[in-house]
Amino acid sequence: MTTSSGLRLPGLLPELEVVRKDFPILERVLAGGQPLVYLDSANTSQKPQVVIDAMVDHLERHNANIARAMHQLGAESTAAFEEARDKVARFLNARSRNEVIFTKNATEALNLLARTIELGPGDNVVITEMEHHSNIVSWQLACERSGAELRWFGLTDDGQLDLSNADQLVDDNTKVVAFTWVSNMLGTINPVADLAARAKAAGAVSVIDASQAAPQLVVDVQAVVCDFLVFTGHKVCGPTGIGVLWGREELLNELPPFHGGGEMIETVTMARSTYAKAPHRFEAGTPPIVEAVGLGAAVEYLGHLGLDAVHAHEQAITGYALEGLATVPGLTVLGPTDATQRGGAISFELDGVHPHDIAQVLDSRGVAVRAGHHCAKPAHARYGVQSSTRMSSYLYTTPGEIDALVEALEYTRSYFKLGS
Amino acid sequence: MTAQDLDALYQEIILDHYKNPHGKGLREEFEAEVHHVNPTCGDEVTLRVHVADGVVEDVSYAAVGCSISQASASVLYDLVVGKPVAEAMEIHEEFLALMQGKGTVEPDEEVLEDAIAFAGVAKFPARVKCALLSWMAWKDATVQAGGSND
Repeated sequence: MTTSSGLRLPGLLPELEVVRKDFPILERVLAGGQPLVYLDSANTSQKPQVVIDAMVDHLERHNANIARAMHQLGAESTAAFEEARDKVARFLNARSRNEVIFTKNATEALNLLARTIELGPGDNVVITEMEHHSNIVSWQLACERSGAELRWFGLTDDGQLDLSNADQLVDDNTKVVAFTWVSNMLGTINPVADLAARAKAAGAVSVIDASQAAPQLVVDVQAVVCDFLVFTGHKVCGPTGIGVLWGREELLNELPPFHGGGEMIETVTMARSTYAKAPHRFEAGTPPIVEAVGLGAAVEYLGHLGLDAVHAHEQAITGYALEGLATVPGLTVLGPTDATQRGGAISFELDGVHPHDIAQVLDSRGVAVRAGHHCAKPAHARYGVQSSTRMSSYLYTTPGEIDALVEALEYTRSYFKLGS
Repeated sequence: MTAQDLDALYQEIILDHYKNPHGKGLREEFEAEVHHVNPTCGDEVTLRVHVADGVVEDVSYAAVGCSISQASASVLYDLVVGKPVAEAMEIHEEFLALMQGKGTVEPDEEVLEDAIAFAGVAKFPARVKCALLSWMAWKDATVQAGGSND
């Protein structure tokens, strides 16, 4: 799946063909003998063999509940789970492993914060118009419950955050500024360190949704100087069912518990309980143990490849894709068109064909993309778009796969009898 | 999915209705108006029904969505306008059975006319909702308009 032109593309991961062999699913042949061209990695990434093996090995050899089983397997399972926490802490450059809380996904991590950060009438929460629904609805609910006001940064015509009224939006009554690092729809990379500093200056906490950033950028929570950051496991080559909330340790220990149950307590009487400190404070009940082990293996895998190298690959492929998409008549890319300023998810419209129909025809050629509103309806509405088609590459994407996408889009145009 | 499956899904009749939808637009005379959304993809339809003396006098609609959802609204218009409500409801039931049949239901062309082209859609679970969007909206609006016997 490579072309001669593509092979010379600067920035691609060295030994890309070897890296691709780490992902067994990329060998899949689909109905009609079509090889898989997987361009839906912003939706969920594929999993390398090392992640699959780590999970299978845990289930085959070490399975036991953690932190409560007084036997050898219990100790092994606990060690594996806590080692995964160490790996995630290193992945984020966290000051302490206690700052890493395992959740079900990024959505649960955001809801945990929206449920536990104290808000009241007169307070406000500032989000942005380019958020995923999980970073909108959770705060809407928090504001409805508490009487706090919800505000948001708008977007400029070229897909950036409109910061012109930032001083009015973030004021002395702001308690939370929550924003995405990389837009899942527009691909925009936001100035997260500046936004976090702005929150801090106003006495508010910053919450970063790194769901699309963690797969492809170096995420260093100490360099960004933020308060909370969330991401999900399944977009960073890990399994579904596990996400991460990172928070500054002192802030986490100030928050009230989220779910009550086993593991999150110090002591329980029938009248009242006292609570463990972070991270266990927020990990009530038996956690997703094997999923954590898988996530640990995944972030270690990314560390071995090097996030800088992954990012360079993503930029090279994104640039190549933007060039290819520009050759398709009637195609309009939503969001920034400079590959160095954006992530690897590219949403677009094609005149005369609805995204569903595009995705369906592409699927018949083995090309997997996403069609719809990508859980970002407000961002679509901002640009007067009802839904879009999104291609999203990852570290295993080849230029040849981008060529296949462009060819399949040409085929879509001819299938729906659009002139040139 | 193969190229053959694709042709089964996108029958010429469907593409024709998509390009030249029948009855499209919102018209003034109506007893009920509904707005239905497919939350997974964001497709939307606003649909009005005008019922008089037990007969579907008009179905008018504004819709955004894929070829399947647009074409099915057009076919709905052709099939139910001018029919007694009871008969239109039977056609609705027939279409619903076809779409929920996972490709096993043999459509009756006498009843469904152009809608038989949607038989192929029934094999694509993700697209059945697209085909049913306006039909569900129509039933909802007709019941609200008091035109149903249910």
